Amino acid sequence: MQIPLVDYLVLDNGPYLQANECQSCGARFFGRRNACAQCGGREFNAVRVSDTGTLRTFSIVYRAAPTIPTPYVSVIVLTDDGTSVRSNLINVEPDPSKITLGMKVKLDTYVVGTDDDGQEAVAFGYAPA
Amino acid sequence: MAQDIWVLGTHMTAFGRYPDQDAVDLATAAALGALDDGGVDIADMDILACGTLFQANAGMGQQVQKQIGQTGIPVYNVSNACATGATALRTVIMAIRAGEADLGLAIGVEQMGKMGLLAGGARKEKNVYEPSGRYGAVMPIDGILGTDTMPGVFAQAGMEYANDNDGVGFEQFAKVAQKNHAHSTLNPLAQYQKEFTLEEVMGSPMQSYPNTLLMCCPTGDGAAACVLVGEERFASLSREQQSRAVKISASVLTTDPYVESGQMQPDVNTLTHNAATAAYEQAGVGPEDLSLVELHDCFATAELIHYDNLGLCEPGGAGEFIDRGAPWRDGQTPVNVSGGLISKGHPIGATGVANVYEVATHLRGEAGDRQVEGANVGLAHVIGLGSSCGVHILEKSGIN
Repeated sequence: MQIPLVDYLVLDNGPYLQANECQSCGARFFGRRNACAQCGGREFNAVRVSDTGTLRTFSIVYRAAPTIPTPYVSVIVLTDDGTSVRSNLINVEPDPSKITLGMKVKLDTYVVGTDDDGQEAVAFGYAPA
Repeated sequence: MAQDIWVLGTHMTAFGRYPDQDAVDLATAAALGALDDGGVDIADMDILACGTLFQANAGMGQQVQKQIGQTGIPVYNVSNACATGATALRTVIMAIRAGEADLGLAIGVEQMGKMGLLAGGARKEKNVYEPSGRYGAVMPIDGILGTDTMPGVFAQAGMEYANDNDGVGFEQFAKVAQKNHAHSTLNPLAQYQKEFTLEEVMGSPMQSYPNTLLMCCPTGDGAAACVLVGEERFASLSREQQSRAVKISASVLTTDPYVESGQMQPDVNTLTHNAATAAYEQAGVGPEDLSLVELHDCFATAELIHYDNLGLCEPGGAGEFIDRGAPWRDGQTPVNVSGGLISKGHPIGATGVANVYEVATHLRGEAGDRQVEGANVGLAHVIGLGSSCGVHILEKSGIN
């Protein structure tokens, strides 16, 4: 059994990220919505977000809470359909000389933990495309 | 036209660590100092606003009253992340403008001790995964889906600027911290007063690339306070009080308007730009008129992008601005001559009042060794993530 780390990661027929898109203005949001932060609209459609994009910014995090493995590379990716996503850059050395602003990346998933029932939590990250 | 507001008295404690005092002691010291400085008494105050973040539910304003005078005036305890102090100031300003007060006291205080890294939760795995929260997460996502930590979030804000503009990188960010550490050596109120070379700044332990340890503000304790007065009451004050008073020619608080990326990376730029634009219009001055700026350098990456957000440099020109030394105390627009948050310290609730204290002290010509000569207009900026931005522009009295 697998369960996504967050509910906007869809594993069935995926993996892919799913956003709530405002029916009025098209703004996209992850997670539960009450209304639209851009226009106040209250109706949303679930839409699939592009798997590919470019690296908009990053930081290599060395200092974190004790249980979090470091260093890791935190990134904001702008997907090819114009949605910003925050995650980690994976399959790349955490070295500034190996990371280029604007580099092409692609969504990827991996198992991040297993619970006492043997259920695996699946996380997503971005890897060089 | 709303009436003008003046800073009549102001005081700050030295920032640092006070294991033998509590936040009430610190707030009280700032409050009494500001009252004495203004030549007024707690009985003259019509309103008190008190800002603190980590003890926001402690009734801090009332606790201070119980030390300095329970006169029965309304107290507003405010909390607005790192803009908490600026929000306390604005609360008093709005009350005076509304005609409900002639004189008021604004206090900002924080006692953080050695809190360490802010934000970013420890990961504690549940035995059985169950989705919870607005994102249906089965475990804390910090460190898996990017970073929640402050050094990292502000690192990303800086690297986004580097992505969009030429001539900005690790070295430019490091130069900001080199400058602020150097400035702090002249400020006896600063938590740290030690100069470092650029190599030492760049070589100190990396926290979140490109922010090294010496490019991050410390946690700490401290308080600051201002006594504010409206122009009607101002007219009846003594000549000495009037000549030392500092005019608040703009007071603005903004929040972050919607931007596409905002749900993933807090946008610290748009609301700062908006606040600065409104403040310059209120005050009838431009960035070129500023004698000094105290801006929110929680991290070196933050200061650099605020050069641009506040219009201190050409659009996109923040890298060139620091490279040619423009924000140094002898440069074009001295920025954070106090040492800034990076070296003066950042007891969160106190910061937005302490910045006004610093600017006012220069405009009075009372800043001692760190005095910016001939200062007549200054700007104080804070930003609290989430987000709120406070900008105050102050002017020298002009009354002799």
